[in-house]
Amino acid sequence: MRQAFFDTLESAAEIHRNIYLLSADLGFKLFDSFRSKYPERFYDVGIAEANMIGVAAGLALSGKNVYCYSMAPFLVMRAYEQVRVDIAYHDLNVKLVSVGGGLSYALEGFTHLGLEDLALMRSLPNMTVVAPADAWEARCLAQASCIHQGPLYVRLGKSGDPMVHTSKPDFHIGWPIIVNEGSDLAIIATGSMVYPGTKVVEMLRRGNISATLVSMHTVKPLNSEVLLDLARRHDAMFSLEEHNLGGGLGSAIAELLAETGYRGLFKRIGIPEPLPARMGDTKHLCEVNGLSPEEILNTILARLKESA
Amino acid sequence: MGGRTAEIKVTAERDHIEYYLSLSKQIRRKILDMIYETKSPHIGPSFSAVEILVTLYYKVLSIDPSNPTRFDRDRFILSKGHACPALYAVLGERGFLSDGEIERFAINDGLLEQHPTRNVKRGIEVSTGSLGHGLSIGAGMALAAKQDGHAGRVFVLLGDGELNEGAVWEAGMFAAHHRLHNLTAIVDYNKIQALGRIQDIIGLEPLTSKWTSFGWSAQEVDGHDYDSLFSACEGLPFSADRPSIIIAHTIKGKGVPFMEDKLLWHYRCPDELEYQQASRELSD
Repeated sequence: MRQAFFDTLESAAEIHRNIYLLSADLGFKLFDSFRSKYPERFYDVGIAEANMIGVAAGLALSGKNVYCYSMAPFLVMRAYEQVRVDIAYHDLNVKLVSVGGGLSYALEGFTHLGLEDLALMRSLPNMTVVAPADAWEARCLAQASCIHQGPLYVRLGKSGDPMVHTSKPDFHIGWPIIVNEGSDLAIIATGSMVYPGTKVVEMLRRGNISATLVSMHTVKPLNSEVLLDLARRHDAMFSLEEHNLGGGLGSAIAELLAETGYRGLFKRIGIPEPLPARMGDTKHLCEVNGLSPEEILNTILARLKESA
Repeated sequence: MGGRTAEIKVTAERDHIEYYLSLSKQIRRKILDMIYETKSPHIGPSFSAVEILVTLYYKVLSIDPSNPTRFDRDRFILSKGHACPALYAVLGERGFLSDGEIERFAINDGLLEQHPTRNVKRGIEVSTGSLGHGLSIGAGMALAAKQDGHAGRVFVLLGDGELNEGAVWEAGMFAAHHRLHNLTAIVDYNKIQALGRIQDIIGLEPLTSKWTSFGWSAQEVDGHDYDSLFSACEGLPFSADRPSIIIAHTIKGKGVPFMEDKLLWHYRCPDELEYQQASRELSD
């Protein structure tokens, strides 16, 4: 997914001559080609995220379309106040592209997890927040980002994430993609959780439950039109994200459903607090945090049973 | 607001130092009025920056109030955004802000907040107020100008207390590494920060050699002496392939003796008696 995004960006940079790419000293080998093609438009700013955001703001205030790259916790949290003032308040053409959202770097420990980024970015003025589900969506997003006006936060998984789409999807920032149409319940997933969502849909189907699955790649602005249509057509809705339960996609959907009087079931599925005191790889930590397809299925079935 | 103090007519010619001395008083009176009328803070750090701002806006910056968005203009960033009453007063004198607009400082539904919001048509390049942001943004602008091959230079006014912020030094390293000769920082070194004297909180000395060791070219000046400021700015850039920094030794509250070098006037707004006394000090 990450490679797909930056390969596409590199091609786009040939046409869009105002694209600049800054990295806070991360992305080993990822930018080699971009850097050799456009040495005057790539800067490794060093391990200095706050300065990277300020420099990006200065470039954007001078007409550049600037991409900043780092890992989610460093890009979002180390430089959050710079992002808030320099980028969001100024409403600048700066794209913050993070890797490692959720539990991607699980074995590296808590410092390297990105569990709060959607919540933090969602609360900033002018900020658009997108988490593509697979390499296809990442490619489409990279293309769309070149002409997107204003601040954009992109949450990428690592390279080698499984594919959700078998061909290029109809992708527009702000417009969810219906991955599977069902009738009994709807699963609204974002980013890396869409693929496990497809497995959940299959397992539900084997139990004669028909589930809609949505790739809600754009967390902000939240597409209320599509969500309310889904709410009209489904008696149960589940949000699914590799993110803390508070403040992310689930919270955004809950706000919408509560304010519009949804009478069906709604449950957020994400990373509960407190984090289990366990270590492990991404797959393992997803399992212990209830985010493996089997655990997601269990949560959904338990909630349905509770309300039966 | 306005009209409380009699307008001082600046009659001297612009090439005479008396012109600038008189202008400084006029600007300080405007600052005093703005702050007194709106019960705003930060008169001390506004007064310390007056001569620096006048030097930039009258002698240094290539800017034009009739064409404020010209792409190759020089850019000024007030990184110590809390001193914006001084910036607004100078922008008023230079024709970027009208008296009516300045009257809309720090009032409900007004125009000018107690920390500046970007408004290029009115001469405000960047929103500031949170300290430690300006030098990075200035470095980004200077890099863009260098890449685009235009002559626009970037000037950033830093507070001395602001140098506590680590991001300033990140930006310092970045600017030196990329040899941003078109970037100039100025430190308003008034020796007092928000809770006390710099030397008692986080001492900055040796400040000049800190910056030179970071790869900048530095000069120290008396930040209230126009001859020193003009002469330093005429020498910019101090070296062909380095960013420049001017350490301007100043006095917090400069111009009104009872406010000078006093922490209190970082915060305090003058009462009526103090206002009258300050007005007398600032009359010609």
